[in-house]
Amino acid sequence: MIAALTVENLACQRGSRRLFENLSFTLQAGQALAVEGANGAGKTSLLRLIAGFLAPAAGVVRLDEVSDPEQRGRLVGWLGHHDALKGSFTAAEQLAFYARFYGGTADIRGALERVGLARQGELACRYLSAGQKRRLALARLLVSHRPLWLLDEPFAALDAAGKALAAQLMHEHCGAGGMVLAATHEPLGLSNASLKL
Amino acid sequence: MTAFLALLARDARLAAREGGGVALALGFFALVATLVPLGVGADLALLARVAGGILWVAAVLAALLSLDRLFQGDYEDGSLDLIALSPLPLEASAFAKICAHWLSTGLPLTLLSPLLALLFNLPPAGTGALFVSLLIGTPAVSAVGAVGAALTVSLRRGGLLLPFIILPLLVPAVIFGAGAVSAALDGLPGGGLVLLAAFSGASLLLAPFVAAAGVRLNLAG
Repeated sequence: MIAALTVENLACQRGSRRLFENLSFTLQAGQALAVEGANGAGKTSLLRLIAGFLAPAAGVVRLDEVSDPEQRGRLVGWLGHHDALKGSFTAAEQLAFYARFYGGTADIRGALERVGLARQGELACRYLSAGQKRRLALARLLVSHRPLWLLDEPFAALDAAGKALAAQLMHEHCGAGGMVLAATHEPLGLSNASLKL
Repeated sequence: MTAFLALLARDARLAAREGGGVALALGFFALVATLVPLGVGADLALLARVAGGILWVAAVLAALLSLDRLFQGDYEDGSLDLIALSPLPLEASAFAKICAHWLSTGLPLTLLSPLLALLFNLPPAGTGALFVSLLIGTPAVSAVGAVGAALTVSLRRGGLLLPFIILPLLVPAVIFGAGAVSAALDGLPGGGLVLLAAFSGASLLLAPFVAAAGVRLNLAG
């Protein structure tokens, strides 16, 4: 587990537009932070900067003492706009692949049960609804065993029960010493702080 | 190693399940190899003489059909982000994808080639040289192709641009491969194969690094 995510004087430039600058915050283990802002404010860019996909125009991102983007990325559990699922793979195959690829051992059946997809485990993902796909993407976080979850619109496509489940998973992750940074237009449902871009 | 094998197995399974890439490549290869003898006519000596060059070009073009999807599918559905965040260095991930592409395209094309050589009246020595040259050379096609696929992954019509990037880089493979078949027909078995192996080895060594750089560039775009 890691103790803290530290962002200091971060600036993000996309093309000729400066999305944000002088952004500083610290996220401690066990905390969640909701990143809020209008469309185009730079929420996704902030997450991609922290994951190491984008290079900052200025400033530093550190996970404990790790500032190298590639090493930092290996501590990140990622949930992007897209669910990153293959239509011809079953739900169980998707999770089994990521568990193996990320070097962990995982209880695939347990993860599927946790997100309410126990009966869909052997179903090809092309037959899942948008909400079920999002639940499966959440289950992938469970088998990835990464301390920092970066979630881009985690509630997208989820119904009320799905949103409650996502909030509960985040709560449990923080309870286990993890961290959550979520770009969202909706409250996370946790007693968390928020960051306005 | 587990992560490498996991990605390789996933990509090979994807190639078998989605898009029909293997069947498309084999079908294209067989069609070209069938049409050329019909167009050239019944001059068996001429057919044997041009067999190496034509089958090599056909194999490269057949492999090209599935190369544009090497990274694009993963880019479009967000999987490439997750691959980039894995414990496996992106260079090793690119190498796993190259291996998977070769297993699902280059190897089947190579295995089919002796059958298609019959249509060209290629003698056993030439057929053997064609088989060995494709076995040695098609990994270079997948490796060089991965570079082009990585560079064009975020472009809307990247597949159209791909041949213009890849084909000039594959000229040595075609020359050495076809040359190996000609050399075998001239009674010089092994001619050109060493150069082809060197080209293939260099491609496999360098391509993962260039492809990984291309992927990083596109993920930051």
